[in-house]
Amino acid sequence: MASAPLQYESHTRAPLVEGPKNYHQVTEDIVRPIEAAPSRLWWTGFLISVACLLFGIWSVAEQVIYGVGQWNLHRTVGWGWDITNFVWWVGIGHAGTLISAILLLFRQGWRTGVNRAAEAMTIFAVMCAGQFPIWHMGRVWLCFFIMPYPNTRGPVWPNFNSPLLWDVFAISTYFTVSVLFWYSGLIPDMATIRDRAKLKWRKFFYGVTAFGWTGSTKHWQRHEALSLVLAGLSTPLVLSVHTIVSFDFATSVIPGWHTTIFPPYFVAGAVFSGFAMVNTLLVVSRKVLGLQEYITIEHIEVMNKVIVLTGSIVGIAYLSELFVSWYSQNKFENWAFAQSRANIFSPYGWAYYIMMGCNVLSPQIFWFRKMRRNLTVTFFMSILVNVGMWFERFVIIVLSIYRDYLPSSWATYYAPSIWEVGFYVGTFGLFFTCYFLFSKFAPVIAIAEIKHILKKSGDVYKETDKVDHIEKESIEEFAHEYAHAH
Amino acid sequence: MAVKKFVVGIFTDEEVLFPAIKKVRSAGYKIHDVYTPMPIHGMDKALGLRDTSLHTAGFIYGITGTTTALTGIGWIFNSDWPINIGGKSHFDLPAWIPITFELTVLFSAVGMFLTFCYLCNLAPFIRKHHFNLRSTDDQFTMVIECTEKSNEQEIIAFLNSVGATGINTQVAEAGWWIGRYDNDKTPFQQKGTALA
Repeated sequence: MASAPLQYESHTRAPLVEGPKNYHQVTEDIVRPIEAAPSRLWWTGFLISVACLLFGIWSVAEQVIYGVGQWNLHRTVGWGWDITNFVWWVGIGHAGTLISAILLLFRQGWRTGVNRAAEAMTIFAVMCAGQFPIWHMGRVWLCFFIMPYPNTRGPVWPNFNSPLLWDVFAISTYFTVSVLFWYSGLIPDMATIRDRAKLKWRKFFYGVTAFGWTGSTKHWQRHEALSLVLAGLSTPLVLSVHTIVSFDFATSVIPGWHTTIFPPYFVAGAVFSGFAMVNTLLVVSRKVLGLQEYITIEHIEVMNKVIVLTGSIVGIAYLSELFVSWYSQNKFENWAFAQSRANIFSPYGWAYYIMMGCNVLSPQIFWFRKMRRNLTVTFFMSILVNVGMWFERFVIIVLSIYRDYLPSSWATYYAPSIWEVGFYVGTFGLFFTCYFLFSKFAPVIAIAEIKHILKKSGDVYKETDKVDHIEKESIEEFAHEYAHAH
Repeated sequence: MAVKKFVVGIFTDEEVLFPAIKKVRSAGYKIHDVYTPMPIHGMDKALGLRDTSLHTAGFIYGITGTTTALTGIGWIFNSDWPINIGGKSHFDLPAWIPITFELTVLFSAVGMFLTFCYLCNLAPFIRKHHFNLRSTDDQFTMVIECTEKSNEQEIIAFLNSVGATGINTQVAEAGWWIGRYDNDKTPFQQKGTALA
């Protein structure tokens, strides 16, 4: 009995699935876009994405053939757009596992509507992120040197004390675990599509991807156990990954990077940008795929609440940085913050204020319920937040190093070359190509999970005017009744 | 080849299914399996299945990852090729925490997923016997195995009485593709249809 209130859902809480639905209707609704021929809109989006991807491949090819000199990095600014984009994409890749893992442990029912798409987005974002450090290496054909394996070069082992190697382990582990988590959830849904398929290729494709799932009770029991443990493992993993990314900077001695606040600050920023990207995708997907009854305004509103929360955490982090740089009375620290950033007339001062405006000020609009529930505002804000978060990484990376200890090297203003921009555009191509393919061939909503909550949170199953005895009770009585194990 | 005979009862509501399982079990029929479109909490208990040990397996895999990381890095930095990195200690445990943690999670996750697939016989290109294709959509399928002790007609009548909306009889070749929890070594023989 002690665990009963955790499962309890108030009747007055807004439904997570709208409209008169039964199990079959849920299947129909979610599978419909997969079984229908792709729309003109899908083809347009897909082809644009592929075009961007091809431009990215071309840009990378230029860099591989002619060397990293094709980028405008120089001795002072050794990390520029590449690492900025890397951190930006990794950050975006945090929302999916946060939604699927942490919110699973917190028993947040609303995650079921958005977790599948968010997890897919995570995987694609991490794929994009991984490109940057790999191609930045220059001699990419030697990139396997970072792996620790007995080799004939000594053996020379990588430095296990280096945050850059921690990053290799963190990102690759994160990618692998996210893929497993995502795919284990996808298996039963692929079986649903397989079992209703009429076309031969579809029977074959979903037959292969469903791994022969039958829906046996024992399998479901193990599946639940697997999801729960993977969620438990992924929760510290999500936090660790961006913590380790922040160590790339925080363990160095560069003023502006050498900050103990970085791990929580990076994680909050990652969740912030990740949720923004989920909103960007879902506001469009729900409309195009006709899934408004599953990804409701309620879902969007909750996401916006997380955005205003994390945006404010990031804002406090920015202000603490400024404060500590003054409080430390270290003139190099002070220079990095008061001059290179906060001074709007410094060469990159504009970037700092774009960051502040987009990340700290603009999300405050979500204190208003009306704004949280407005799709146009949500979409616009989701883009703005990601612009802001890109500038945050740019500010951290470039603004900390472009004026180093040697003023004679300050003269060169870093601006990206066409191939750096092209590489970034290419990762957008990769991301959206994958997302378009995913939304065409896989259910963007976890079918089985929606069915699991349908009878509890579905519109027609909720008696909204009914107030349970549990809610009528006084707090003392409730505590007496439910807080002790009888 | 040995074949087994099953009576397949189809339910459309889990609230009917739960009491039905109880009645079928207390009547002494052997439930082969129940197939559902989504996980239903308490179903495993209702069927009398034991808890899964997948958690334990995950823990063991995780410990393996921890040990691999610590012994691996420790051996490399102290014995195989001790590099002097800024005069720092060769046994630098705090600096190994990130990789140790990542390998723990990696081993545990990959190990558990593979174990899950192995135990449930899940892999690409696997073909299994499906008693009811709509049990991945909206129907709950209870499969009862016919044994020497049970009468097919009796089971059908019983399933009818507990609220099954559709009932049919199926014959399947005995093997892992009908589920591996069946340790019954004496399958139903098609020739001797003399079911008591």
